[in-house]
Amino acid sequence: MSFDDADTLSMYRRMILIRRFEETAVGLRTGGEIYGPVHPYIGQEAIAVGVCSQLSAQDRIASTHRGHGHCLAKGADPAKMFAELYGRRDGYCGGKGGSMHIADFSIGMLGANGIVGASLSIAAGAALAAQFEGAGSVAVAFFGDGAVGTGAFHEAMNLSSLWNLPVVWVCENNGWAVRTPLSENVAAEQVTTLAGAHGIPSVQVDGNDVEAVAAAACVAVSRARAGHGPSFVEAVTYRMTVHAYLDKTVPDPRDPVEREAWRQRDPIDHYREVLTARSVLDGTADAGLRSTIEAEIADAVEYARRSPLPSLSSALDDVFSAEEGVLA
Amino acid sequence: MKMNMTEAFDQALIREMKRDQRVICMCTMPMPALEREFGPDRMRHLPISENGFTGLAVGAALSGLRPVVVIRNTTFSLLAMDSIVNQAAKARYMTGGQASVPLVVRTEFSNGARMAAQHSQPAYSMYAQASGLKIIAPATPADAFGLLTAAVRSDDPVMCFEAARIASSSGDVPDDLDSVPIGRASVRREGDDVTIVGLLHTAGLAEAAADILRQDGIFAEVIDLRSIVPLDSSAIRASVRNTGRLIVVDESVPTCSVASEVLSLVVEDDETFGALRAPVRRVCSRPVPIPFSAELEDFVLPDVADVVTAVRSVLASELSR
Repeated sequence: MSFDDADTLSMYRRMILIRRFEETAVGLRTGGEIYGPVHPYIGQEAIAVGVCSQLSAQDRIASTHRGHGHCLAKGADPAKMFAELYGRRDGYCGGKGGSMHIADFSIGMLGANGIVGASLSIAAGAALAAQFEGAGSVAVAFFGDGAVGTGAFHEAMNLSSLWNLPVVWVCENNGWAVRTPLSENVAAEQVTTLAGAHGIPSVQVDGNDVEAVAAAACVAVSRARAGHGPSFVEAVTYRMTVHAYLDKTVPDPRDPVEREAWRQRDPIDHYREVLTARSVLDGTADAGLRSTIEAEIADAVEYARRSPLPSLSSALDDVFSAEEGVLA
Repeated sequence: MKMNMTEAFDQALIREMKRDQRVICMCTMPMPALEREFGPDRMRHLPISENGFTGLAVGAALSGLRPVVVIRNTTFSLLAMDSIVNQAAKARYMTGGQASVPLVVRTEFSNGARMAAQHSQPAYSMYAQASGLKIIAPATPADAFGLLTAAVRSDDPVMCFEAARIASSSGDVPDDLDSVPIGRASVRREGDDVTIVGLLHTAGLAEAAADILRQDGIFAEVIDLRSIVPLDSSAIRASVRNTGRLIVVDESVPTCSVASEVLSLVVEDDETFGALRAPVRRVCSRPVPIPFSAELEDFVLPDVADVVTAVRSVLASELSR
């Protein structure tokens, strides 16, 4: 698969946007300016960006607790995301969802999700809706290796295969379910064999190589669009930070040598080298692109800071649809 | 037209599926009337995987379909609680009103059908704790038809609880019935001496008790809740303000039940509390899992005699004030 210069630069730019969004969020969280959980996507950017590069606005995605990267890759507005992290009125959810429930239905982003495995069931349903629509749209579920042991994983796999659903299963295998290594979490030697057991074709790719991810996603999405059913992509990657920033941040149990080895495989550094070698990018262009992103992030944070607190009465809205607001 | 509960539910679904192409039905068991009418795409047969297929239905509802999922037994729905409670009920709120989940989950419990503990639990009060979920409990064919219609048309997730013991009971469904609003109780018998509130099978127990009491000159008002969320507090309070006495009959165990909620609505309201002339009473199942043996199950579940006894006891224990 070949990528034109505009596509490659767009993917590179979007990975940096995610990285800087996350680094900024972590800084705000550890500095005490925002509260609540922050599960950074740092190190996994190539997966969301590579997969979403193959999607259109009509395609739908379902995400996880580590959802900021999926939102941004699908085209969400960082200002409304930061406003949500600040719990403000202008956040995506008016301050009622926070980091783990950011959604943007206008771009087919059906939401981050606080329940491991739930993204699979929801994407299966989105794929069923796409099948009824008959317009060639697809659904994508992002999930981690921590979801592989859940019933929701296997139930969604089975349903998608039985019903030939236009869905792409994207397992972001970062090797660790919070503090549990893959070897203690999944009995199968290869995650992909579990897809095979449900009759779903699968591929394992380097999740830190955005073009490899995009190429695998292209095959899977094309199959789904053509009515050939589900595919499974295992993207092998690594979370470059702790699991989450919380009031009491969980210590990182991972071997520092392992962490350093993966740091050397930073997906953004890697792609910068690739694009530089191809003469698509030089130092000046890189600096220009980064300063544009820096300004965008700064503006987004400023937008969030200036956004008013939600009205207290808004806490009572949006439980039910408005047209039937007869409630005891 | 005269029909039984099952036929009324089917007829409501058939009419709504004809009216709106986005409505689909999914079930693990055959639903022949719908299969004949709509074929396997819109009347889908499900593999047993309650959380998976209910979560799938949530995703489909988030994406523009209007699924009706039939989970054969209420106890099986407990496997789908993540999809119902964490996903369907909370989606609109968590996303600041962006998400809409027009999903109906129909589910039947088998209390009284000798099916033992793992098929017999009216778990509606568990679901009533999930803000964002509407809960209906139709006890007559007309209400089955009208409330299920309203549920399918609702943009909110609705759970429809059905009682196996009344599934084959028949009644008239008026030809011109469109829908029955969710959140409105019905007064089945009018009376001034005591209010008896029931739902599903226990609404019938309340009526049977009222017939017996009438022979002694005691006139009971019987309220069939029909909906659990929202609960029709104004109908309940209005009746109790008139009668001054309240019995609630609910097949659940009493702890944190619909019965406890009805009592709370009455005693929390100053005017209704002031009108009480006697202590209020719950008539519920005994607090055990449902046993198999017919003798044991009948002993554990509330019956007409229990309701009559409760009424006589509140009539005998007037408040001294």
